[in-house]
Amino acid sequence: MKWSEIFTSSVGKKLVMGLTGLFLISFLVVHVGINACIWANDDGAMFNRAAHFMGSSYVIRILEIGLMAGFLIHIIQGLVLEFQNRSKRTVGYQVNLGNRGSKWYSRSMGLLGTLILLFLIIHLSQFWYPNRSHQGWLLGEELNLFDRMKTTFSELWVVIIYVLGCFSLCWHLVHGFQSAFRTLGVSNNRYLSMINNIGIGFSVIVSLVFAMMPVSMYLGWV
Amino acid sequence: MEHYTMNLNLKVWKQKNAASKGKFETFEVKDISSEMSFLEMFDVLNERLINEGKEPVAFDHDCREGICGMCSMYINGRPHGPWHGTTTCQLHMRAFKDGDTIVVEPWRANAFPVIKDLMVDRTAFDRIIQAGGYISVNTGNAVDGNAIPIEKEHADKSFAAAACIGCGACVAACKNSSAMLFVSAKVSHLALLPQGDPERKTRVLNMVTQMDKEGFGACTNTGACEAVCPKEISIANIARLNGEYTMAALSADNSHD
Amino acid sequence: MNGINGKEDDCNNDGDIKIFFSIQLIMPLESKNPSGPLDQKWTNYKGHCKLVNPANKRKLEIIVVGTGLAGASAAASLGELGYKVKSFCFQDSPRRAHSIAAQGGINAAKNYQNDGDSVYRLFYDTIKGGDYRSRESNVYRLAEVSANIIDQCVAQGVPFAREYGGLLSNRSFGGVQVQRTFYAAGQTGQQLLIGAYQALERQIALGTVEMFSRHEMLDVVVIDGKARGIITRNLITGELERHFGHAVLLCSGGYGNVFYLSTNAMGSNVTAAWKAHKRGALFGNPCYTQIHPTCIPVTGDHQSKLTLMSESLRNDGRIWVPKKQNDTRKGNEIPEDERDYYLERRYPAFGNLVPRDVASRAAKERCDAGYGVGTSKQAVFLDFSDAINRYGKIECSKLGNHNPTAEEIRHHGTEVIKEKYGNLFDMYEKITGENPYNVPMRIYPAVHYTMGGLWVDYELMTNVPGLYALGECNFSDHGANRLGASALMQGLADGYFVIPYTLGNYLADEIRTKEIPTTHPAFEGAEKGVAERISKLMNIKGNETVESFHKRLGKIMWDKCGMARNANGLKEAIAEIQKLRAEFWKNVRIPGDIKEMNPELDKANRVADFLELGELICMDALQREESCGGHFREEYQTPEGEAMRNDDRFMYVSAWEYQNGSGWELHKEELKYEEVKPVQRSYK
Repeated sequence: MKWSEIFTSSVGKKLVMGLTGLFLISFLVVHVGINACIWANDDGAMFNRAAHFMGSSYVIRILEIGLMAGFLIHIIQGLVLEFQNRSKRTVGYQVNLGNRGSKWYSRSMGLLGTLILLFLIIHLSQFWYPNRSHQGWLLGEELNLFDRMKTTFSELWVVIIYVLGCFSLCWHLVHGFQSAFRTLGVSNNRYLSMINNIGIGFSVIVSLVFAMMPVSMYLGWV
Repeated sequence: MEHYTMNLNLKVWKQKNAASKGKFETFEVKDISSEMSFLEMFDVLNERLINEGKEPVAFDHDCREGICGMCSMYINGRPHGPWHGTTTCQLHMRAFKDGDTIVVEPWRANAFPVIKDLMVDRTAFDRIIQAGGYISVNTGNAVDGNAIPIEKEHADKSFAAAACIGCGACVAACKNSSAMLFVSAKVSHLALLPQGDPERKTRVLNMVTQMDKEGFGACTNTGACEAVCPKEISIANIARLNGEYTMAALSADNSHD
Repeated sequence: MNGINGKEDDCNNDGDIKIFFSIQLIMPLESKNPSGPLDQKWTNYKGHCKLVNPANKRKLEIIVVGTGLAGASAAASLGELGYKVKSFCFQDSPRRAHSIAAQGGINAAKNYQNDGDSVYRLFYDTIKGGDYRSRESNVYRLAEVSANIIDQCVAQGVPFAREYGGLLSNRSFGGVQVQRTFYAAGQTGQQLLIGAYQALERQIALGTVEMFSRHEMLDVVVIDGKARGIITRNLITGELERHFGHAVLLCSGGYGNVFYLSTNAMGSNVTAAWKAHKRGALFGNPCYTQIHPTCIPVTGDHQSKLTLMSESLRNDGRIWVPKKQNDTRKGNEIPEDERDYYLERRYPAFGNLVPRDVASRAAKERCDAGYGVGTSKQAVFLDFSDAINRYGKIECSKLGNHNPTAEEIRHHGTEVIKEKYGNLFDMYEKITGENPYNVPMRIYPAVHYTMGGLWVDYELMTNVPGLYALGECNFSDHGANRLGASALMQGLADGYFVIPYTLGNYLADEIRTKEIPTTHPAFEGAEKGVAERISKLMNIKGNETVESFHKRLGKIMWDKCGMARNANGLKEAIAEIQKLRAEFWKNVRIPGDIKEMNPELDKANRVADFLELGELICMDALQREESCGGHFREEYQTPEGEAMRNDDRFMYVSAWEYQNGSGWELHKEELKYEEVKPVQRSYK
């Protein structure tokens, strides 16, 4: 079996989704950890140090390219799958099964993913892009990201968009976390229920922490 | 159990043949006993239609005891109707009350084209089995049945997967029209037994390839299949298939290519 | 067939309706029973039968009709041998065949339980269970190959029930004293059929078998006295097709649906076998039908089929009726001393585990006498409260609770019953809406299996050369009554282990026969006949539906040729069926067109054949002036109401030859018992 055949089969495509999904989840752990530094009560000193670490090392910047690739593959593959799957039923039902068979968020991964993508574009254009271009795309001097956050999150509409983005992320993760493990072949029910619970906890905590950032700043808690 | 009779409105998909365009038609049925099965209610309707000189509604059915897998109605938005773990033929009219409107549609999936009215073509499932859903053993060269002891837990799990009746409700319920529950039930049935081991890798690879070729969608683990399966086949089988597939695909040697 | 014909019975009923049949007085039937001692016959046969070399096998085409256990196993095995096989079924997939619905298990003389089982004992039990009306040599072979079936199925991946040590588990079944039944929960038939189906699909993938699903066989083509092909209708397009084969195997199941209500699938039919019969194949023992004692009773006129509750339930359930006639109280409200456990009363030795025919007749006797229960009064109770109590006490004492409350006993007892029969109890509840853990089940006998079928010789060949019948379609192994868990055994024995040898013996002489083009006049003629009949049916344009005729036929059959039969009733039935048949051909209404999918037309084709078969069944029942197995003639019973055989006059297989348009001629194959001495069956 050729590699191309493996990764273009229906199971292979899902494998790609699962693997990139888990990779992105690991990125979220780093991201949420660094962001949580804003609550250190030191006017962003710790946060800026962490951000500087991420922006000033070639190792991490190379990893960043990998991250980008992960995002792109996950997004493109996800959209392709969504449209391919939809095309398998040309004539639909008069009455749909709806929530009687599955959770709405399980069926809405494409939609939730798209919302996250839109959010991501806004997010990158507000922080990542200005910072990296300020650095001249190399290891140049960085912006003070903490100050930038404060300014950005002083506007209500931005805060609302971020909270909605986190909301989408949460539901996307509730399904995606455990689904990734299933796709990787975890079939033992004991572990599956464990993974399911961990997944829910992870999704809620990570999304909540992310959402609290703009909220805290808007409300002047930091 | 108190028995009662009811009058119902049926909204049923009618389609002359695969090439023609279908539409919903509405029928009223009267004096339906709560003791009837759902298909017996359709028998009553068809008797009346024939007596009125109209075309009866064509639907697949055979054993009418929930095991052959032939019946296949999508009733009020759910494959096999409202009862859990039940085929259409075992659904009884106590599930409905007087005055209800019941919408009956065929399985919808491009891989299951409509043949007529509520009948669909499920031969894709047979072709998936042909791709590897068996153990290659010719008649006559088997060893003694007790020569291979099988761990009871594995035997029981294998049996639970083998209970699949191939009705296609999983495909009908899945938003992606994926056949993964069906395919994974067969892969699990055979992968869990030592007899199935020699062909374990080729089986899963070939069956998935055929499934894709037939035009079924990819699984996104929503669980709708498991929820509607009349034999309550576990979605854990799909995870097992995924694992089997990955191991088989990664360890495959393409030196002969 | 050059016997002496003579009209034996020309009785008049209702004016001018006549019953025509004649009896063949000398025995022309060659059973090809191999010589030698019984236990050497099959070995000798295999050692001496003719073979076909692999290069020739590729040139020989075989048609297999039906994909149940017999058909799927035969098609797969013959494909493996290298023959060119064409397989046909009317369902959408070969996996749907009605073998799939068998619940209880499959017998095999493995003696894994060390309880004294052997090939001889299985042979003996089957002969005795069949009330000494089957052929010894066939039954012995069946018992011999039974062990191979289990091995073959295990190798295919059939997930039989296993013990904790990983070895195969057995359960006991009616009418025998050893544990030899292999099972897969309550779905043994399904698992065995899936095994055979997978083997078949493998051959389809390898190209040795070509599959035609949604095809119904509507005639056999006979050329120069040999079966050479079939005519089929493509049920999707309505097109008639011609298929050539060097041999034709009919594996099309039984004809229980002649009774309209039965445990058979809705599509189960006699058409394939009947067409063969009309082309000259003899029909053996048509009157032997098995009425299974434990089915869910009829609820009303809407009933379309009956559902079996496995025989295994009689291990723990007790059957009873109220002592008072027309008692309308609920089962659980009737006190113990007002219950009549009539099986235990009448048959203390076997109690609730008497064979099927005995249990069925006893239930009918009670209901006819006015003791029936439920709204229809055509039901008896099958009660698990004793078993729940018994198991509950055992469980409580296992848990160290020596003074349990009634509630605790009930709880634990229910758990045990649930584990043993849970899926059957669920099925009962789905159908009836009653919870059988709380109220006794209501059950009544229903038509389940037909022991009769196409007459075949030792090689499973009918009297038409090249035409074979396997599984329930033939008459061969079960005599007048089949034991539980033996149908699956026979289907697979025929398909996996008998036909691969016996067919070769015939085909070895056919290697010079070139493929006959389907433009041959015999093919054209057969197709024309089928087309004419279909267009005749479609052009009746009468006022009554096919279903209605089928129901009316079923009622005649059940009332007059069901569990108990008598000469007057049978004569009436014959007259009524003849009248009904005439009415059918004048007044049936079939909607739709010929050249399209038309389930009503398919049904009409089948019911038209049932309307002929029904008459033959009654005729066979009429001529067999004795009671044996499933055939109970009221005139021939002991003072206690038990079946009374007449071995002097009726120790034969009745094999009926169709006489074009003028009834049937009876041939007899005398049954010679060399190993077993026939005795009166007693279960008291």
